[in-house]
Amino acid sequence: MMDFGFYLTPSSTIELDKVDRKAVDDLARADSGFRTCIACGSCTASCTAGVFAETSVRRAILSVLNGRDEKAMDLLSSCMLCGKCMMVCPRGINTRHLILSLQKYYNGK
Amino acid sequence: MIYEGKQKIWSDYQKEIPDDHYYYVRSCIRQTFFPASEAALLNITRNILGRDVFENEHHTTCGGIAYHSDTIPQETIMTIVARQFALMKKHGYENYVCSCITSFGIYIEILETWRNFPELEAKIADNLKKTCNLEFAKPKFVVHTSDLIYKLREEIAAKAKYKLVNVKTGQPLRVVEHIGCHYAKMFPSKGVGGAEYPYVLAGMIESWGGEIVDYPERRHCCGFGFRQYFIKANRGYSLSNTHKKFESMEPYEPDFIITNCPGCAYFMDRWQYVIAESQGKTYGENGHGIPVLTYEEVAGLVLGFNPWDLGLQTHQVYVEPLLDKLGIPYEPAKKFLGAKGQDIGCPALPSCLKV
Amino acid sequence: MAKNIIVIGGGPAGLEASARLDALGYNVFLVEKETRLGGHLARWDRLFPEGVPAAPVLEKLVSGTGNTKVMLESEVLSLSRLGKSFRISLTSGVSVIADAVLMTTGFDLFDASKKEEYGYGIYDHVVTNADIEGYFRTGKDPRIGSPERIGLVHCVGSRDEKAGCRNCSKVCCATAVKQACELKAKFPSATVYCFYMDLRMFGRGYEDLYLKAQKEYGIRFIRGRVSEVSEKIDKTLQVKAEDTLSSTPLKVSLDLLVLMAGMRPSEAGAKVGKMIRLGTGDDGYFNTSDGFTGMQATSVPGLFVAGASTGPKTLPDTLSEARAASALIHEYLRES
Repeated sequence: MMDFGFYLTPSSTIELDKVDRKAVDDLARADSGFRTCIACGSCTASCTAGVFAETSVRRAILSVLNGRDEKAMDLLSSCMLCGKCMMVCPRGINTRHLILSLQKYYNGK
Repeated sequence: MIYEGKQKIWSDYQKEIPDDHYYYVRSCIRQTFFPASEAALLNITRNILGRDVFENEHHTTCGGIAYHSDTIPQETIMTIVARQFALMKKHGYENYVCSCITSFGIYIEILETWRNFPELEAKIADNLKKTCNLEFAKPKFVVHTSDLIYKLREEIAAKAKYKLVNVKTGQPLRVVEHIGCHYAKMFPSKGVGGAEYPYVLAGMIESWGGEIVDYPERRHCCGFGFRQYFIKANRGYSLSNTHKKFESMEPYEPDFIITNCPGCAYFMDRWQYVIAESQGKTYGENGHGIPVLTYEEVAGLVLGFNPWDLGLQTHQVYVEPLLDKLGIPYEPAKKFLGAKGQDIGCPALPSCLKV
Repeated sequence: MAKNIIVIGGGPAGLEASARLDALGYNVFLVEKETRLGGHLARWDRLFPEGVPAAPVLEKLVSGTGNTKVMLESEVLSLSRLGKSFRISLTSGVSVIADAVLMTTGFDLFDASKKEEYGYGIYDHVVTNADIEGYFRTGKDPRIGSPERIGLVHCVGSRDEKAGCRNCSKVCCATAVKQACELKAKFPSATVYCFYMDLRMFGRGYEDLYLKAQKEYGIRFIRGRVSEVSEKIDKTLQVKAEDTLSSTPLKVSLDLLVLMAGMRPSEAGAKVGKMIRLGTGDDGYFNTSDGFTGMQATSVPGLFVAGASTGPKTLPDTLSEARAASALIHEYLRES
């Protein structure tokens, strides 16, 4: 193949067609918070780790729904399970349970 | 796809295109990319259809390439444009026809800007007087040459020697139409058929016997973009846009692509070579590319022009399979002969893209 | 002798007001341009938030109208003041002198084909909220089939100055979430997406509906306006939007796209309003004498308004306004 010195640029578009729907359904069964989050940002705003390292339950949930599970795991890798986000969640999501469910699901794979 | 729904939108966007008497301005890049297209346009409109399309040697570039590359300020390009319009007036014309989509966008955008900012218009008129000693004027109508061919499409069809039909199967050829972004996206009412479902090229194809292919990335930019292709580091973006379009049109197996923009015709043609040679992927039948033609080239073929007089030998994607489908005769030995019959040389052949 | 009242528009507001005014002993003339009463409600299958069937609600409204003289297929030819009274003549040839007029001309549904980029009327599988209600009522719509991937687009022709409508249509969010659940119940294996800009679940029970849609029906809510729709070779749709919560463009293939067409001021109502010089705001809806205490009164004495003719309203809002207008008309006629 010829090298022209410039290349096709990978697309950043979220392609929902490629999302593993079974994984989303499994996770939502394990914790309904994957569905009921309303993206208010209270969790991210109250996160102790988030001011030092990219940590966000809201974005982790969204990443799961968009089929970017590695990103979801990344966003929670600095979580210390302190529980502050659980105290502020307006939808009453058990964030501790949600985070542990996510890690169990993907680490178990 | 519900055809009647599109017809309804087309009827909502009918712009007025004068029948005759035009002041004509050329494209900067078309004459090198597809050198015979503009000659074909003048030949068809003047000699075959008897229209008055006047051109004089004093007109210049519209300044679009410099403007879009951020190298000249807006007032400069406005003065260039004012000079073009003044030349039109000086020669007794009020209908202005340009051969480039970038220019068309520039003219429409500038007229619209002057309408909204009359003080700017007055300043440009003053600039024009001081720099060129010309009288400021604005055209009554600005149209693109594809608008003009669209207007004359039935007259061309009446004189047609060939139809856009596969002579072997009797089926209409399947044609992808690609509209330059600056034709109607900025000002939808200035384009035949509007911006979402433009009809300017679709109308020609229908009149000449072909069938339009509507594919998901039809609206997407060809990837030309001055800032993208000028700089090598950015060229991947240009290529990626074209790639996206070809991936999207591939399942429809189009016979050829018709476009009304100099850059689109060039890049959709040339990037097929780059994609083939760097990715090993081709989009036409049996390893060929999909021929990309200007509307004048298509009109010329329909009217029975010799393909080599139309400059089809300057295309990267070889057009011979298309000519075979159309039943248009050609002499392979004369493909690379110049106007005076001299050998102009066959370019090096690609290794992956079949010719 | 009982006084005459003309009610223009036989939708929910007109029906409810006619019923109340009839019960108060007035001669009520209810003018309707269509062949049937009920307005948009007659085209609807179920009502948010609980999904109550629309037909019995309409039936109850119609049956309440008592001795009201219903004039179907009648458009207003002229409406003018005659001293303190009003003279109205109708296309049916009838003329009435009335002591008060109530405008309940409602709204038009936004013509979704005006959002050209969504391809309503062009692509095979793009429908509107009204089409979905029709489908649930009749069980028939060749555009719907057995979709596995469904998208609902909020704010079609609402909050969109390009579409000529800045205002929120108020009912579409709840309608979209209701229809998303109904479609999921009808096609249990389908994935259902709602594309929204803001979710305006303001009414009693609406937030519960939203939570149910998320939790029980697994509806995926995507915050981003659909930017363009294309049809693919297999007639499915390619839909693009931005997932604004992750600031990333998003693409999905769908088998069915439902456009939440919003409310526009009624064209027929505007024609009648002009005859009597009833002013409108920039949004095209009728002006009321004030926005808090005079919502049913107008600048013309004896001319009253109720329902969506003064702006987008839910059905309960509309019916409350109809009752308020009836009380106000009663006071006006008693005093005059």
